[in-house]
Amino acid sequence: MEIIYVYTRKRSEFGRPCSFSDRPAVVNVDIPPDPSMASNFVLRNPVDSYVQHTSDMSEHEVNTERVEVESRGVNHVEGGWPKDINPQEVEQTIRFRKKVEKDENYVNTIMHLGTLMEHCVKQNNAINIYEEYFGEEEMAEVEDEPPSAKTINVISKLTSFFDVLLSKRDPNVTKRTATHLSWHPDTCKKLAVAYSSLEFQQNVKDMSFDSYIWDLENPNKPELVLKPSSPLVSLEYNPKDSHVLVGGCYNGQMAYWDTRKGGLPMEVSTVEVSHRDPVYGAIWLQSKTGTECFSASTDGQVLWWDVRKLSEPTESLVLDITRKGLLENALGAVTLEFEPTMPTKFMVGTEQGIVIACNRKAKTPPEKITSTYSGHIGPVYALVRNPFYPKVFLTVGDWTARIWSEETKESSIMWTKCHLSYLTDGCWSTVRPSVFFTTRSDGTLDVWDFLFKQNDPSLSLKVCNEPLSSLRLQDNGCIVGCGSKQGTVTLLEISSGLCTLQRNEKTLATAMFERETKREKILEARHREMRLKEHARSEGQETEVEESLVEDPQEVLDRVRQEFFEVIEAEMQRRARAETQGLRGKVLGTAWTCNRSRDSLPRGGGQGSVSVFQVKSRAGEEASAQEEESQLPKDKEEEEEEKDAA
Amino acid sequence: AEVEETLKRIQAHKGVIATMVINAEGIPVRTTLDNSTTVQYAGLLHQLTVKARSTVRDIDPQNDLTFLRIRSKKHEIMIAPDKEYLLIVIQNPCE
Repeated sequence: MEIIYVYTRKRSEFGRPCSFSDRPAVVNVDIPPDPSMASNFVLRNPVDSYVQHTSDMSEHEVNTERVEVESRGVNHVEGGWPKDINPQEVEQTIRFRKKVEKDENYVNTIMHLGTLMEHCVKQNNAINIYEEYFGEEEMAEVEDEPPSAKTINVISKLTSFFDVLLSKRDPNVTKRTATHLSWHPDTCKKLAVAYSSLEFQQNVKDMSFDSYIWDLENPNKPELVLKPSSPLVSLEYNPKDSHVLVGGCYNGQMAYWDTRKGGLPMEVSTVEVSHRDPVYGAIWLQSKTGTECFSASTDGQVLWWDVRKLSEPTESLVLDITRKGLLENALGAVTLEFEPTMPTKFMVGTEQGIVIACNRKAKTPPEKITSTYSGHIGPVYALVRNPFYPKVFLTVGDWTARIWSEETKESSIMWTKCHLSYLTDGCWSTVRPSVFFTTRSDGTLDVWDFLFKQNDPSLSLKVCNEPLSSLRLQDNGCIVGCGSKQGTVTLLEISSGLCTLQRNEKTLATAMFERETKREKILEARHREMRLKEHARSEGQETEVEESLVEDPQEVLDRVRQEFFEVIEAEMQRRARAETQGLRGKVLGTAWTCNRSRDSLPRGGGQGSVSVFQVKSRAGEEASAQEEESQLPKDKEEEEEEKDAA
Repeated sequence: AEVEETLKRIQAHKGVIATMVINAEGIPVRTTLDNSTTVQYAGLLHQLTVKARSTVRDIDPQNDLTFLRIRSKKHEIMIAPDKEYLLIVIQNPCE
């Protein structure tokens, strides 16, 4: 609404001087409030209002464009000849050269430079000017620094190169798990990684099947792209021939590559005779031709192949522990283990948590399975032998890692506590016998040193936020590569304290393994005894079952309690004895007082005398509770090892 | 003639694999290796010498490069630079 006040004046009166006078106020317009208009508005109570006294800020991000760099060399082919000389004409070049040689300046220069050069050449011949004196100085042995590791390289599949390639087809770059890592056997500068998606039946259509070989100098672009017909689950370099790789595919086929010939497989096994499930383990065998390998898969078969002829396997074995060879009863294999020093034996870790040790040279297929070790609740994801003690092996599965000795079949000799997340992979250190690594599904890498600390890992590193799926240690023991679920491979260098052999380490580790093995054997023997007694009792007292039902549980309970205390006592005594022996600096080992023959090998110098003793044993069933002894035959090689180490 | 003698003497020393004289334009004036290898060495070492010389002079303008030795795993490359020519000797140091 407009309020207008009009002020008029006659034109003839313009410009006249003003004379002001007072006047009382006059109301010109009076607008009373109109309550009906209030209905247009809504009453608001309370009213939120804010006041702030700061300066205005804004946030910006800047990131440079990623620049692709490539190393290239320039080869200088022909020098800067003057214009009138044609470098192809030999005569002209010779003439030019002769002309230069006649130049006086040339002669003087060469004489001068010649003397200078001769001096240095003679110097070189006289002594090695870079000779290192005092090179054999013993460095301080006690490593005071805490163990640590640092990331040296992160190889991630996502690079701008791939973005450009794949964005043309699909904007999503499907991330695949790095399922298996294999280091190049000689140079250790190259890493072959197998990528596949292990989710059940989640094959996205545009997921690429490629696996890559990375060169550590160039983490942005793979050195070679391997293109199988189906994603690779496992991939291994041939330890004898570093150009050849074998890979097991997701669809069960085996493929073999030669890196000199490019990224397509040289040969692929035929689908009908291959596995029916992803090939989780593929390892090269020690053979004269260097072309044999074997593979295992969750369909329950272990197949042997000769890579020159992948059209059918040379041998096969069904992992049926009831030894009937039925595929229906077979256990699915998840890991495979093979030690080149024992070429006829190998071990398979299964989905059901059982480790099966097999002998390849057995006469009939059912006898190929020599023994089983059960103890894990979930699939055994990793199975590795200790490179220093081939009888001791590490298994990783469910929430624990366990160490087993081949002799004790009922349970592992050492195990870690249950973690909060699944353990996905593990391996021994190649330089220190008491160190091993495990990866977890919360992205942590654990380094265990059980001579230092047994309850916890000595180093626990959070590598990434996604689960780690595979782990592999380089042969020098310092660099470890871990692959994650999103396909990122991280390389870590661990501190030197964890990868240099400490003094006495071999002897201490041997002693520890022996001690634990002995303990397990005692327990095993006792169990067997109890079972036999139960068996005998139940057979003999079948008629009196009803009457003694009330008594038997009580008796059993008492007996068990008594035996339990006896075992504890014996253990404690043994431990006390072992400790006093250890304090004297001798080999930690237990000695049972009866029937012992001792061979002592005196040694001049060194750290005390190493005494090797053989403990005779009797079968567990016959031994009585107090006088149980267990046998620990020591191989002659282990003795020699100790001699060398001490 | 003296030049010949000098170069021959150098070549005759123990461990010497090759000797080369290269002018400022990269033309091998005298060499005991085949042409392609020589030209490769010429191009690369010339650039390196120039860089080394400029480094030395940058740090101290009164200074100048007199000799350059590159020791690698397999052998040692010794370069005696001059304004116009380069004398290069590849030797296998006996250790």
